[in-house]
Amino acid sequence: MGNKKSQEATDSGAPISRRVLLNRIWALAGGLAFAELIILLIAFFRPRRPRSDISAQDAVIIAGAVDRFEPGTVSAFVQGKFYLARLEDGGFLAMSRTCTHLSCTVPWVAGEDRFICPCHASEFDIRGDVINPPAPRALDLYAVSIENNVLKVDTGKLTRRSEFSTDQVTYPKST
Amino acid sequence: MEEKDQRKYFRNLLLHFRPSTVPERTLRLSLTWGLGGMAVVLVFLLIATGLLLKFIYEPVPGSAYDSILYLQSRVPFGQLLRNLHRWSGNALILLTFLHFLRVFYTGAFDPARRFNWTIGLILFAAVVFSNFTGYLLPWDQIAYWAITISTSMLDYLPVVGVGIKRLILGGTEPGTATLMNFYAIHTAILPALLLFILPFHFWRIRKANGLVIPRSPSEDTGYPGPQVDAMPHLIVREVTTALILLAVILLISMFYNAPLADQANPGLSPNPTKAPWYFMGIQELLMHFHPVFSLLVLPSMLMVGLFALPYIDDPTETAGTWFRSRKGRKMALIAMGVSIIGTVAGVLLDEFQFGLNPSGPPDMITNGLWPFAIILAFCAGFYLLMKKLFSATGSEVIQAIFTLLATAFVVLTVIGIWFRGAGMQLMWAG
Ligand code: HEM
Ligand code: FES
Repeated sequence: MGNKKSQEATDSGAPISRRVLLNRIWALAGGLAFAELIILLIAFFRPRRPRSDISAQDAVIIAGAVDRFEPGTVSAFVQGKFYLARLEDGGFLAMSRTCTHLSCTVPWVAGEDRFICPCHASEFDIRGDVINPPAPRALDLYAVSIENNVLKVDTGKLTRRSEFSTDQVTYPKST
Repeated sequence: MEEKDQRKYFRNLLLHFRPSTVPERTLRLSLTWGLGGMAVVLVFLLIATGLLLKFIYEPVPGSAYDSILYLQSRVPFGQLLRNLHRWSGNALILLTFLHFLRVFYTGAFDPARRFNWTIGLILFAAVVFSNFTGYLLPWDQIAYWAITISTSMLDYLPVVGVGIKRLILGGTEPGTATLMNFYAIHTAILPALLLFILPFHFWRIRKANGLVIPRSPSEDTGYPGPQVDAMPHLIVREVTTALILLAVILLISMFYNAPLADQANPGLSPNPTKAPWYFMGIQELLMHFHPVFSLLVLPSMLMVGLFALPYIDDPTETAGTWFRSRKGRKMALIAMGVSIIGTVAGVLLDEFQFGLNPSGPPDMITNGLWPFAIILAFCAGFYLLMKKLFSATGSEVIQAIFTLLATAFVVLTVIGIWFRGAGMQLMWAG
């Protein structure tokens, strides 16, 4: 490759020899091909999409009529993998059952009025707030909507939160 | 005449990676303890048993567990096959770790060997990840939840963590994509990688003119001693070690079955849920430190330290001498004692004084920066004290610090495996 002649040509700023030019084009083409390969690989390994497209509709789960749920209780929805909590003041929260510490599934322990994680003993109250670490955040939320007194939970989108605040609660229209 | 031909034959075949003669002293058991050789045997045993398992195992969540049950109950010697693969996998991690310790404590990472130290660390990583990816495959409760919590640790890595987790899992939680990812990595990529890297490991040994020459502390460097023919002297020792190891693994596999719990159930976490045993040290760290420290800062500092070691410390002067010198051995023993007491005391103190049930989530400062600073200060203090007390060489003090950290890691792992029960509470034995 870089023989003496071409070396001089480049050093002196004079027009570079054909050989050097061709070599550089080759290197460039090789680099591009390599970059393409990397992009291809990344695209290939991107998290797989579900085989059949779940429409936004399917992600919405109809939980039932508002008055089916007593204040101060928590109901588990196995299919949607969430808990529906009705707070003492009548408001609703839909929470993921996945512990925010290391993703174990948290059961609601009715006798103690709290979620207790079996893995590293994190505890959450009925609003999903952390009572006991190591969990760093309150349980994640799903959006709840109420139409004609029927509760719907959108399991398509998970919302992270650090702690409970009142604007996360959905209230039924007082009638 | 006949014997000569035979030797030639062996020289061509078995000695492909070995020199025809080796320094006699490197044959001593008290140098290598046969650890590297045993690791090689296990790599091949794992590949052989793994290939057989591939004919039975089905890598889809719906049938993976059933295929394991089928293997165990219907396939002749199926249970034995699974046991062999499982116990060899665990033994390989243990033996590789011990081999790593022997290389460190005999100072076999001098400039001629330091590139091999790097290769060794990569091999170690490949061994651990092989085991980890294999752990998921039975798709039982142990597997599912161990992988869930181990991969969820990645959530705590700032910026890239969540993305890496999604990439590994092929989604947000373990499922079909996860199992297929793990299967491909476990049965193709990592074995290929191991088989590709191992020859480099052996080639570097030849390049360094064989292993370090073992010497007692008072002996001088420089005199390598006589050479002997590799065949039979080395080969016979290797084959003997291999046969004994195979017999032991076979015996263990006949009497102890590989664990299998109920089929994976994403709705029910067992109590307690534990990471695979070799990650238990990290899981234990996670119980005491803010995740940014236990999962990012401490491990990456250790990693950098290990890779940099042969470039910071040149053990040429003492290579081949266990623990560098008599003084070095004494210092290492002290470091070990201090570390055992310190780690146990630290865990207990954190559990019953600070860590247990504070109100509010773990804090970056009180659970992260402070204890981290205390540990750093402790190590620095120990370093200075050792240096002063023993007027030791750099090599000896680095060895003491290494011992301090390695012992702490082992103690944390032991606590995680044997002293954590339901709800991850501390408990006595069991
Ligand atoms: C799959 C894992 C590994 C296998 C199969 C393996 C295999 C071997 C074998 C057969 C030897 C010959 C002598 C002996 O038995 O000690 C050896 C030497 C050596 N290994 Fe490994 N090894 C592995 C991992 C490691 C690790 C984790 C390290 C350290 C980071 C390492 C560093 C070395 C070095 C520096 C030598 C040369 C020692 C000397 O010259 O005395 N190896 N290895
Ligand atoms: S996963 Fe829930 S406490 Fe660790």
